[in-house]
Amino acid sequence: MGDPLFWHRLQFGFTATFHYLFPQLTMGLAFIIVVLKALGLKTGEARYNDAARFWIRIFGINFAIGVVTGIPMEFQFGTNWAQFSRFSGGIIGQTLGMEGMFAFFLESSFLGLLVWGEKKLSPKGHFGAALALWIGSWLSGYFIIATNAFMQHPVGYALGPDGTLQLTSFWTFLLNPWALVQYAHNMVATVVTGSFVVAAVGAFWSLKGIHETQARLNLKVGTLLGLVFSVLVAFPTGDLQGKMVAKHQPVTLAAMEGRFDSGTHAPLTLIGQPNVAQRRIENPIRLPAVLSFIAYGSFSSNVQGLEAFPQDQWPQNIEFLYYAFHIMAGLGTLMILVMGLAALLLWRKKLESSKAMLWTLMLAFPFPYIATTAGWVVTEFGRQPWLLYGLLRTPQGGSPTVNAGQTAFTTLGFAGIFVVLGILFLFLVGRELAHGPESHAEKA
Amino acid sequence: MEMLWFWLVSVMVAIYVVLDGFDFGAGILHLFVAKTNEERREVLGAIGPLWDGNEVWLLAGGGSMFLAFPKVLASGFSGFYLAMWLVVWCLMLRGISIEFRSHLRDGLWRHFWDTTFAVSSILLPVLFGAALGNVLRGVPVDGSGYFEMALWTNFRVGTHPGILDWYTVLIGVFALATLAGHGALFLAWKTEGAVHDRARGLVMKLWGLVLVLWIVSSYATSLVNPGIFQNLSRAPLGWLATLIFLAGLALVFVGTKQARPLLAFLGSSAFILGILAASAACVYPVMLRSTLDPAYSLTALNASVGGPGLRAGLVWWLIGFPIALGYFAFLFRFHRGKVKAAAEGEGY
Repeated sequence: MGDPLFWHRLQFGFTATFHYLFPQLTMGLAFIIVVLKALGLKTGEARYNDAARFWIRIFGINFAIGVVTGIPMEFQFGTNWAQFSRFSGGIIGQTLGMEGMFAFFLESSFLGLLVWGEKKLSPKGHFGAALALWIGSWLSGYFIIATNAFMQHPVGYALGPDGTLQLTSFWTFLLNPWALVQYAHNMVATVVTGSFVVAAVGAFWSLKGIHETQARLNLKVGTLLGLVFSVLVAFPTGDLQGKMVAKHQPVTLAAMEGRFDSGTHAPLTLIGQPNVAQRRIENPIRLPAVLSFIAYGSFSSNVQGLEAFPQDQWPQNIEFLYYAFHIMAGLGTLMILVMGLAALLLWRKKLESSKAMLWTLMLAFPFPYIATTAGWVVTEFGRQPWLLYGLLRTPQGGSPTVNAGQTAFTTLGFAGIFVVLGILFLFLVGRELAHGPESHAEKA
Repeated sequence: MEMLWFWLVSVMVAIYVVLDGFDFGAGILHLFVAKTNEERREVLGAIGPLWDGNEVWLLAGGGSMFLAFPKVLASGFSGFYLAMWLVVWCLMLRGISIEFRSHLRDGLWRHFWDTTFAVSSILLPVLFGAALGNVLRGVPVDGSGYFEMALWTNFRVGTHPGILDWYTVLIGVFALATLAGHGALFLAWKTEGAVHDRARGLVMKLWGLVLVLWIVSSYATSLVNPGIFQNLSRAPLGWLATLIFLAGLALVFVGTKQARPLLAFLGSSAFILGILAASAACVYPVMLRSTLDPAYSLTALNASVGGPGLRAGLVWWLIGFPIALGYFAFLFRFHRGKVKAAAEGEGY
């Protein structure tokens, strides 16, 4: 508790986790709103615009919380991680600066037009505002992922004469292969979050027997997008991400899987409890040779276990990493099943009469949030003990002049503010849900 | 190249203060110039579509400083640790209060957010002004390139001052008065009726105060950082900046006298832009002045990341900056004319 590093890590982890509950829905909904507005333009049917109008209201509330919880993220680089910023600012400052210049200006300029501008703008103009928000929010995502990718797999840099990192190739850094794969995986996941939320609201209205047309439309859009994107999260993007980890962070892969010994025909552990002290998995259920295939494309590949690496390079919290990875992968599979079943019922025109499926869809919306959070836990704890993989260890990155008490104090301050923001968010979104969608026909 | 980036960062910060400054100013005056719900919605309607974009200049400026001078960012942010988080918390509450006020048609709810908006808008300029005061006065950076400061010590300047001392508080109050005056001119330009009349009525008083505080602050600055103005005489940019802010100050009074609110508002924008640029010219190339030993100061030369990063950054900066200006031109055009409170449920 007296160790500043503990508090720096807790504060960043806590604020980043809370923050990212909002942008994932922002980015997912931005895409879905573009789809709805495009369908509205193409068909001229009011129901698509009515649905878009409802989701834009949710989007507005969600976006506001995303913005204000994002501000502290930018500041923490300097306040809590001064040595890290000093060491790598010449590189990651590029993408963080570009995020402001190319993404935030675009988003902030068109948000007001999207939320309040439907009457002032032509239908095409309003579609344009939706498009701008989608492009802006997804660009913002890329710059953050590229920053994270540099921490996972540094490329395009050299060590300068003053001992800090210098950029040698801008494009190598910006188009880091790790960033491309991680971006695809992450962005597809945001649409899964959006689809589950849309489907859950459709199911809620359907079960209540209100807003019939909109309930049906939301169920349809949520289920179809949900199925396509849940599959895409696993394959090809999740698969590629796994291969990326296997290639560049083999010790992380071993820890994620709780694999202590090396060998060929490595099995995939579906379930079981890691016992790090005795270096084994207890009560495992395994698929033989599958891990070798997933990681390296052949059942006979050798997959290194933790024993193949010096212990000072192991991620410190192997149990946490293991469970987070298995929760992510397990929920990912479950989400494909849920959406697959819902899509089947939709196709047979039985979705709205199946109470059990509607209840499942209504209650399943936290799954993508949990899976996404677990996925980021895998990413960030998997990178340990490094802050910049292979270059800077986490304890070397903190601010030398900030003590544990100060960081504990500000962490508690954030906890307080986040509780208030969370309650406000649920309250305002709850009101919108109760109020339901508005049809332009009713209003005019 | 380092010199160019010093100016790019300074210009972005100055643009930030001009733009977010008018919505801060509107917030400072919110409770005084707008009494009824309708009037308050008029004030929020005037800044609502713009405030978020204005605030992005802070992030973009911070990002530019991060990529060009990470050592300054690391040292400054960690050194001002607690003050930084006060700023962040105020920014968070302020953003939420603008965005969430309109969601409920309830008197208490709206009163709560109005007050939150006003209080955070008053605290922020004081804190930002104090930050500028710290840069001008200097901070105890040591040989490691870091420093540690309490929020306040004995309110005296010296080798180990607090973040808040008599000088930085004075600069904070100067900033508060300036942005209040800036906001009053913005509201006089963009609103009609009672809000316009009250804002217009405050303009002369506020700018009279700014004039007095400007003279006092300049004198105080020469006391805490002797020799700071000598740089000015050697830098042509400094002369230009001085000319701009003096002309801006004159325009504020001329524009107000002639009842041309846009002219006066442009004048106050020029005043802020110019006075910040002149401050930058005064301290150049020093970014964080050490009160312990001038050799420890972080400058644009010893804190920069070096050529390749600065050159790469310049390329995208030159692409991104005009695009950003384009958005703002579009936004101001789209929302041109006097603002009217939107129908309930259709705006701030």
